[in-house]
Amino acid sequence: MPAGNARLRWRKFVSGFMLTMTGVCALVAVAVLFFILGYLVYHGGTSINWNFFTKLPAPVGETGGGMANAIVGSAKLLLLATVIGVPIGFLGAVYLAEFSTGPIAFVVRYAADLLNGVPSIVIGIFAYALVVLPFKHFSTLAGGFALGIMMIPITLRSTEDFMRAVPNTLREGAMALGASKWKTIATVIVPAAYRGILTAVLLAFARVAGETAPLLFTSFGNRFWSPGWNQPIESLPHMVYIYAISPYEDWQRQAWAAGLVLLGLILIINILARTILARGVSVPRS
Amino acid sequence: MRMSVNKVNFFYGAKQTLFDISLGVAANKVTALIGPSGCGKSTLLRTFNRMHETVRHARLEGEILLDGQNILSQDVTQLRRRVGMVFQRPNPFPKSIFDNVAYGLKINGSKLPIAEAVEKSLRHAALWDEVKDHLHKSAYELSGGQQQRLCIARGLAVEPEVLLLDEPCSALDPISTAKIEELLVQIKDLCTVAIVTHNMQQAARVSDFTAFLLTGQMIEFSPTPQLFTTPGDPRTEAYITGRFG
Repeated sequence: MPAGNARLRWRKFVSGFMLTMTGVCALVAVAVLFFILGYLVYHGGTSINWNFFTKLPAPVGETGGGMANAIVGSAKLLLLATVIGVPIGFLGAVYLAEFSTGPIAFVVRYAADLLNGVPSIVIGIFAYALVVLPFKHFSTLAGGFALGIMMIPITLRSTEDFMRAVPNTLREGAMALGASKWKTIATVIVPAAYRGILTAVLLAFARVAGETAPLLFTSFGNRFWSPGWNQPIESLPHMVYIYAISPYEDWQRQAWAAGLVLLGLILIINILARTILARGVSVPRS
Repeated sequence: MRMSVNKVNFFYGAKQTLFDISLGVAANKVTALIGPSGCGKSTLLRTFNRMHETVRHARLEGEILLDGQNILSQDVTQLRRRVGMVFQRPNPFPKSIFDNVAYGLKINGSKLPIAEAVEKSLRHAALWDEVKDHLHKSAYELSGGQQQRLCIARGLAVEPEVLLLDEPCSALDPISTAKIEELLVQIKDLCTVAIVTHNMQQAARVSDFTAFLLTGQMIEFSPTPQLFTTPGDPRTEAYITGRFG
């Protein structure tokens, strides 16, 4: 059957071709990350030293100096963002997963998805209008607020998913023992979902850690230490922005280094989140 | 009578699933509810501790008395402390064996010494000897049959007046099933037992009274030996002789 053979050959060729294509595309997707990582190490690796983590930025015209203020600044901003975003996202998720029915849940869920899609610069403007203008100056508070708002929908939606994944039989089991709704949630549902919830928080954290746009006109930037919560403050992504567009070669090198530190931090958080999740879902799905 | 069900009608939305059911659950006896799939036996059992309220659009008419008091007007968490439940699939919490059994005592703020109560309940559930050396291991490390006995121990720990079991052996192998049947006969000294089963032999082996339900109606309710030897209704006879079901 020559006709049959020709068709079989053609099919094998198409199959092989498509398999190669999917493989190549998968490789490209991964390669981009390693390319970025390699590029950052190549350009910024030499600038990462003890001074980078401990010194303030050097005055214009001098080489050396570090980004200690930006590192501490990012930490303060992210701490504040977590304090604002996580409780709201978490409790909202508890409401959605355990109490809501009908149109309210739909609206909340939909609004959260929309909020997740709002461009971060718009969130920045919002924080500017709400926090910066009344206080009449840029501040850690405003930056943390902007990042916190961005964390809400991410935490909310993934926490909700993880709580919904807890089998209903566990809820029934607790209620059949005379546990009230909130006791069931606090003593059975949340403990059963805690790995997922922790992962959701870490991913939300990693997601906003690299945000620059919402910080441009909220925390603004600062070449010195920023005491308290009510002063403009430096952050790593903002530092990358400022240094990368500067005309000084030393600054540009440091921008690469800051990018490397930032990416490293986000990678570590992501890997940590995966590890926590991979240690097994605490409840077997049946 | 520990519990009395009087003229209960039950609806899921507009669909009626129980019609005018009345029966009594005798104290310290095992009462079995049997019938083919979808006959409403689980629905009926779940009304005994108002678990039906967790389902939306579920509506109950009629009255259910526990020790002469209508359960529908009681505080639901108090009621469920007195009327415990074991489910079709073992559903231990993601906690240690010990914490599973202690759970009900802890959330109810029990004054009983917890370790003793846990041991007592595990003994009643015929699980103590198998788990006494690893009480702090996760409950998920137990086999299915052990998990189900753990759930029974968890239910017994709060010393309920009535224990409801909704097809407790349907997910278990014959040996585990035999163990649970054996212990059901024993725990009726501690509390009143109501069990739903699709397994007629099981009902015949463990129960003192049996109710036969068909399409939401109670066809027959009598002492178990009588129902299985001289059924009063031809439909009961047809079911227990395996002509349908």
